[in-house]
Order: sequence, then C-alpha cells, then structure tokens
Amino acid sequence: MSKQDLLSIVPLFILTSAAILILFSIAVKRNHKVIYIITTLSLLADFIYLTVADAPVKWTVEPLFIVDGFGKFNLGLILITALALTMLSYAYFEQREERKEEYYILLILATLGACTLAISKHFISLFLGLEILSVSLYSMIAYLRKRERSDEGGIKYLIIAAFSSAFMLFGMALIYYTTGSMEFETIGRYLSSLPELPIIMIAGFGFLVVGIGFKLGIVPFHMWTADVYEGAPLPVTSFIATVSKGGVVALLVRFFTSVNGQQYDALVNTFTVLIIASMFAGNFLALRQHNIKRLLAYSSISHLGYILVAFLAGGQLGVEAVSFYLVAYFITTVGAFGILTYLSDKDRDAELLDDFKGLFWRRPWTATSFSAMLLSLAGIPLTAGFVGKFYIVAAGVNGNIWLLVIMLVVNSAIGLYYYIRIIAIMCEKQTTVEPSSAALRPSIYLISGFSVAALTVALLWLGVFPEKLMTLIQSLLNH
Amino acid sequence: MILPGFIVSLMIGGILAWLAASRSLTLARWISLFAVSINFLIAIVLWVQQPGVNESQSSWILDFSLPWIPRFGIGFHLALDGLSLLLLLLTFFLGALSVLISWKEIRDRVGLYHFCLLWVLAGITGVFLAMDLFLFFFFWEIMLIPMFFLIIIWGHENSRYAAFKFFIFTQASGLLMLVAIMGLYFVNGNQTGNFTFDYFQLLGTNIPSGVAMWLMLGFLAAFVVKLPIVPFHTWLPDAHSQAPTAGSLILAGLLLKTGAYGLLRFIIPLFRDQAMAIAPWAMAIGVFGIIYGAILAFSQTDLKRLVAYTSVSHMGFIMLGVFSFNELAAQGVVMQMITHGISTGALFIIAGFIYERIHTRDITRMGGFWKSMPFLGACGLVFAMASLGLPGLGNFVAEFLTLVGAWQATHKLTIIATIGLVAATIYSLRILQKVFYGTQAPSTVLADLSIRERLVMIVLVVSIIWLGLFPQPVLNTSKPSVKAIIEMSDNSSASAHKPTTQTKIVPIKRKGDNYE
Repeated sequence: MSKQDLLSIVPLFILTSAAILILFSIAVKRNHKVIYIITTLSLLADFIYLTVADAPVKWTVEPLFIVDGFGKFNLGLILITALALTMLSYAYFEQREERKEEYYILLILATLGACTLAISKHFISLFLGLEILSVSLYSMIAYLRKRERSDEGGIKYLIIAAFSSAFMLFGMALIYYTTGSMEFETIGRYLSSLPELPIIMIAGFGFLVVGIGFKLGIVPFHMWTADVYEGAPLPVTSFIATVSKGGVVALLVRFFTSVNGQQYDALVNTFTVLIIASMFAGNFLALRQHNIKRLLAYSSISHLGYILVAFLAGGQLGVEAVSFYLVAYFITTVGAFGILTYLSDKDRDAELLDDFKGLFWRRPWTATSFSAMLLSLAGIPLTAGFVGKFYIVAAGVNGNIWLLVIMLVVNSAIGLYYYIRIIAIMCEKQTTVEPSSAALRPSIYLISGFSVAALTVALLWLGVFPEKLMTLIQSLLNH
Repeated sequence: MILPGFIVSLMIGGILAWLAASRSLTLARWISLFAVSINFLIAIVLWVQQPGVNESQSSWILDFSLPWIPRFGIGFHLALDGLSLLLLLLTFFLGALSVLISWKEIRDRVGLYHFCLLWVLAGITGVFLAMDLFLFFFFWEIMLIPMFFLIIIWGHENSRYAAFKFFIFTQASGLLMLVAIMGLYFVNGNQTGNFTFDYFQLLGTNIPSGVAMWLMLGFLAAFVVKLPIVPFHTWLPDAHSQAPTAGSLILAGLLLKTGAYGLLRFIIPLFRDQAMAIAPWAMAIGVFGIIYGAILAFSQTDLKRLVAYTSVSHMGFIMLGVFSFNELAAQGVVMQMITHGISTGALFIIAGFIYERIHTRDITRMGGFWKSMPFLGACGLVFAMASLGLPGLGNFVAEFLTLVGAWQATHKLTIIATIGLVAATIYSLRILQKVFYGTQAPSTVLADLSIRERLVMIVLVVSIIWLGLFPQPVLNTSKPSVKAIIEMSDNSSASAHKPTTQTKIVPIKRKGDNYE
C-alpha cells in the first residue's frame, strides 16, 4: 500500500478513530456534551480534509476503493449531512435517554458504512460498507428502548436487512460464478465481450436489485419503510432517509455505469417498472396518512423513484441530476425532520397532523421554514427541490425516456396534495386558546433552531442560485 | 434596470409590509400601496414616452438580460413590448386597487396578507416580462403559492377546497408546460448546438412536426387551464367565489390574462403550423365556452360564482380571437384582456362591498339595494352594461374587434359567438334586477359607499368609459407587438412551405388606423 493509498482513504480513518476515541471517552466519564463535541469536530475535520486535501483527482486503492470526483462528492455530502444530523440529535437525546453517549458511536459507524459504499468498487467493500451501515442502524432505530414502536421498528429493520443482505450475497455469488470477478470494472469488461446477457447473470442482477431495492425502500420492497420511519427516533429516521439511502444510490450509480447497465433491456425494463410502481405507490399511500413521519416515509419512496428516473436516463446529465437531487433532497429531508425534532417533547414526537394545527400563528418562523421544506419536496420554484426536479426532467427528456418523465409529472401533481394539505393545516386558525393537555411542550435548543434556519437558507439559496453547485458537480464528475 | 426594478420593488415592498405590520397595520397598508403605485406611475411614464406607431422600429421597448444559470443556458432575460406594457399597466392598476379594497376588509394577519398580495403581483409582472422560458415558468409558478395562501387563509367558508383545487389544477398543467419547454430546449439545442432557453433564439426552431404537436399541447395545457377553457374551468368558480375580494380581483383581472398572454406570446409564434391545425377545434371550444359560461352564469345564485362564470364566457372570446390568426382579432384579444380585467374586477369588487355589508353572496337574499345604495347601484349598472357589451364601454370595442377578426376566419362560429352576446345581456340584466331592483329585503339598512370605496369605483368607471370612447392609444401601443407576433409566424410558416388545412385563414392586410 502506497502512501497515496493511505492518504486517499483518510476520511474513513478519521471516522474509525473518532468512534474509538468516543469509546475511550465514555470509559473515562460519561459526558454528553464532550462526546457531542468530539463527534461534531471529527465530522467537521473529515469534511475539511476532504475539501482541502491536495489529492489527485482520481485514485484507486486496489482492489477495493476508488476515490474519484463522484466518490468525493458523495463522501462530502454524507459527512455534511451526518454533521447536520448530529447537531439536531443533541437536543433530542439530551431530553430523553439517560445513556445517550453510545448513540454517537453508532452514528459515526453508520456514516462510515455509507462512506465506504460511496467509494467502493468491489463486492467485498460493498458488502462491508453495507453491513457496517445496517448493523449500526439496527441499534440506532431501537435506541429509545422504552418506546414500544422503537423496538418494533428495530426488529423489523433487522429482519428485513438481514434478508436483503442474503439476497445480495446470493446475487454476488452468481455474478462471481459467471464472471470470475468481484470488481465492477472487470465484470463490466467481461459482459461487454459477450453477445448477450447470460441467464445466470440476469438472475444475479435480479438478486442484487432485490437487495438494493430493500435498502432504498422502493416498491415492492418498501414494506418496512413506514414502520421503521415511525418507530425510529427522529434523528435516526432522517439518517435512514438521507445518509443510508444516499450511500446506496451512489453505489448503484457506480455499479450501473461500470457494467453499462443502460444497454441491457432486461435491467432497464425492470427498473422502469420499479420506478413507476414506487412513484405511484408512494404517493397514493402518502395521501392517506395522518402521521407526518409515515407520510414522509411514503413520500420518500416516491422521491427515490424520481431520483432513479435520472439514474436510468444515464449519461453525464443523468449523474449530475442524481447528484443535485440528492443534495436538494438531503437538505429538505433533514430540514423537515429537523423541524419535527425541534417541535417534539419528552413524551412523544411531533408526528400527528394535529400537532401542526395553527402552527403558523403559534410559531410563524418554524411554520414558514417547514412550508419551505414541504414546497421543496413538492418541487415549487424558489426552492432547491424545484431545481432538482427540473434537472431530473432535463435528464429524462435528454435520455428520451418519455414514459417515465410523464409519470413523474403526474406523480408530482398527486404529491402536491398531501404537501399542501400539511401547509393548509398549519394555516388553520386555532379554535381553543388554551393548549390541550395532549399538546406538545417542546423545549427549544438554540443549536436546533440554528441548524433548521441554516438548512432553510441553504434550501432557498440553492433554489435561486443553483449555478455554483451545478458547476461544482460538473467539475467533480468530469474528472 | 427598470424591468427588474418592477419585480424587485414589489418583492421588497411585500417584505417591508410584513415587517411593518408588527408595528402598525396602517403603515403596512401604506407601504404596499406605495410600492404598487410607484410602479404604476413608472409604467405610465413609459407608456407616455413610448414612440408612436413606427413601421421600421422593432416592437421591443426595453430589454434587460443577465446570465443566471449558464450551465443550462438560462438567462434572467426580461423584455418589454407594447403588449407587456399594457398588461403591466393593468397589473399595477388592479394591484393598487386591490390594496385599497382590502383596507377595511382584511383585519387578520395584515402583514402576511400584503406580503402575499405583492408577491402575487411580482409573479404576474415577471410572467409578463420574462423572455426566457425557464424564467417564465419560474414566475408562472411563483404567482401560485401566495395566491394559494390568499385563498386559504383569508377566503370564505369553503376556501380550503377551492385553494387545493386551484393549486393542483394550475400546478399540474404547469408541469406539462415544463416538460414541453424542456422538449423545445433539447430539440433546439441538438439542432444548433446552442442550448438555451432564450425566447428569441428558440423562435426560429425547426421542430419535427410530430414532436411539435406534442410540445404545443404541453404549452397549451398550462394556458387553457389558466384561461380557463371549458372543460378545464372547474377550478375557477370555486377559487373566485372563495377568495377574498382582492383575491378574486387579481384572479379574474390578472391571473386569467397570463393564460391569454401565453397563447399570444408563445403558442402562436413558436408553433404556428400546429396552432393552425387545431385552430378550428380551438375556436369551436372557445365558442362553446362563451355559450356554456353564459348559461351557467345565468343559473347561479351565488353572486361571485355568477361573475366567475361570466369570466368563463368572456375568455371564450379570447380563444376565438387568438386562433383567428389575424391582426384585427388579436387586437381585440388584447383589448378584451384589459377591459375584462377592469369590468369583471369591478363586478367582484361590487360583490365584495355587498358582502361586507350583508355577509352573504346569495342573490336570493338581495334586492332593492338601489334605494339604500344609489352610488353602488349606478356603478353596478355601468359594469353590468360593460359586461354585456354596450357600445361606449371598453368591452364593446374588444368584442367587436374580435368578432370582426374572427369573421374572416370562420363565419359559422362567429355567428354563434355573437349569440353569446345576447346571453350576456340576459345574465347581466339578471344581476341588476336581482341585486339592485325589486323589493328591498326587510330590515336591511345599508350604508352607501365610503369615500375610499367611491374613489375605487370612480376610477374604474372612468377607465372603462375611457377605453370605450378612446381605445386608439391602447391599440396603438399593442399594434407593433401584435403585428410582430402575427407576422413572425407568417414568415415561419412561409419558410416551412407546408400546406395547412386552414387555407381559409388568410392574415388580413394592414388597414392603417381606421379600425373604428
């Protein structure tokens, strides 16, 4: 291993050492604030290293990792999202759990798993990353042991994730059996030498798609999504929605481009069906929800569908669109869950639609930022979500996948209804002056408020001046 | 810098009004009134200074362009021609009135209200100025959200349903337009290698005819929903009747006009051949809308709903005029946009004044108001007459020009459309009879208009009479742009050398200024 090899995976080392440091620190003395600061600083340091380090534009650590522009972009995105989530977690756990320190170890390890996924180019590193991510998530979901639904969600995720890992392993085995390699590039080269896809490869890809589908929560592998979203503590929910899915999307893009997935009709058709089903099922199920966590869970299914439209469109524009949409979606989702976190109190999370009744009159600023988040999810101009959707439509039209583009438009219209319904509920005038006993009494922490405000500003900024981010993505992808 | 100034000043005015409301509500109202009026004055100055009709000159008066998102060839490109100028005048005129009529009506969340009001106006201004298709779509959507809030927060009893319907209808159709815009962008980009959303560069695009039809339908979807054209009109009666008075005024006076503007500015120049191919259908639907809207208007008992259906009827004339493909009809369309904005807006204001006094919109519970409110009654008479197209009032000029122009394109449909005028007489007279004549409902002692309300009404009455008696300045202003739109598409069709089914439609020769 050369020195450059080591340098290029320093981001992973920083995370591992941070986890160990926290372990030691807990052994010495439990102190939430100290642990929180260590976590924040290490994530920040990692991000800074990534941006300023004088690394070559593309470096492969044979045979496991590839640190190129796309990988770096996703690393940065994952790290900064994890940082935002840490900021929001502090207030949340400070109010609730007596043993809150271990949560940060899990958070860092899960981030490590997602980062590994983002730069892996080999089945081994893929599987390692996926398992580090999943195993940390099992315990993160069930972290609030005293809540029934938390346990339920944790066990559900455990079973389903284990199940999907098994599928994936089998798929990898089949692919290895045919191609004799576990490296994406080599697999791609082997396949291009064949006249057509052998049946056993189709089976292998199929199993792989099942496994990835479970992780992404797309239809028909979405069954866990709503329950896990609902059961998990709010910061963990947003972690699953963003970092965990983002890592897998990055991996999927890399794998698909390496093996030239677009040229195999079987794969493209499978994805087309899955995407359309995800968009419709996600939106229709979301229409019927009264719990905002579940609503956002279903909406995330359809958003994954949107992202995959750009993914399937392929080409440079497609990857750009995926990257941009991920950024927009991450900001929006973290922001939306951040606001839920912010409004939750000791006993339960702010998740019922009733909790939001008349929010505009009680907390105008919070309600305004929540509306901005929801409008961004709906893809209305002035927000990052709009530019993201625009990017996806551009990629789709450019890639000539008209069916998917039209479906996306139809679904955006359906999706509008439940987003503006929440806004309408926030606008409702409050009938009772005195808050009922069921009303939430959140204690507000400055740091959460600051994070939400920063996310809202970022959301609007990207909506009006997206050029900077576009150039950044473009320059990273071109290398 | 004037063009972005229009939009920015409204946006800043909105924010200031919101902030000021925590100190003084009156201050917030004055700030928004000031922001709109100053724009109105500037627009008037531009209009007065504007050079007269000149054959050789370009139809564009002002132009402003900045790169915005170069990655996609998106520019912040605004431009002003006669058509936009007239619509801007209308926007600021009705905008100022909408601040005035809300002075007493809105007592709840005054700051937020004025913020929404001014941002709707900013969005509309942007739509009328944007010469970059992405920017156009951007503003097209921007105007929706504040309008949604206006309806849902300050609307009447069933406002939630109305606001949802309005939002989803317009947003969904807008997304189809976005896809069409993207299609046009890539067709043009792949041909020329220059990927841009700029209107002027897209104008000459040579689109394969099969694709062009779909792209045009995408644009058309957004415009006909906004206009609205039967059968896409169902959001309109709900939204109009549930919105607060100023909301109805802006919806009827301005938002509907963005659809008409889109037809003139985008459909005709960009997709001339396709538009000609569907012209008979489009005109037929327009005429159907005229009759259908009139019949439904006649059978309403909710005063605002009634006026809303008259809009459906009047917008049919726009469809008829636009797809007649001649300058005369197009001039009629421009005139119709302005006069309909004023006359229907005025009817909504009258409905709002009555609602403030008796708290109902049900015309079966009205009657004999002339006795207690003679001033309002007189204004009602003027605008009912305007709505039925009485000569001497603006709407007559508009409808007359449209019908004369349409006659050259199709005889049968024009005759049917003329019958629509008779139907308009019936429903307009019904408003008068039910509301102002008849026996006075017992135990209603109603105050006539206050000075502020009288001022609003007088301004409206004066302008509608002025437009009816001296329409020439307006026609002169819009003429270069209308001519450019009609002629530009002539050239494109001439170069395409395609036989169209519409051989009957021959763009008429210019007849100088002797319209009257």
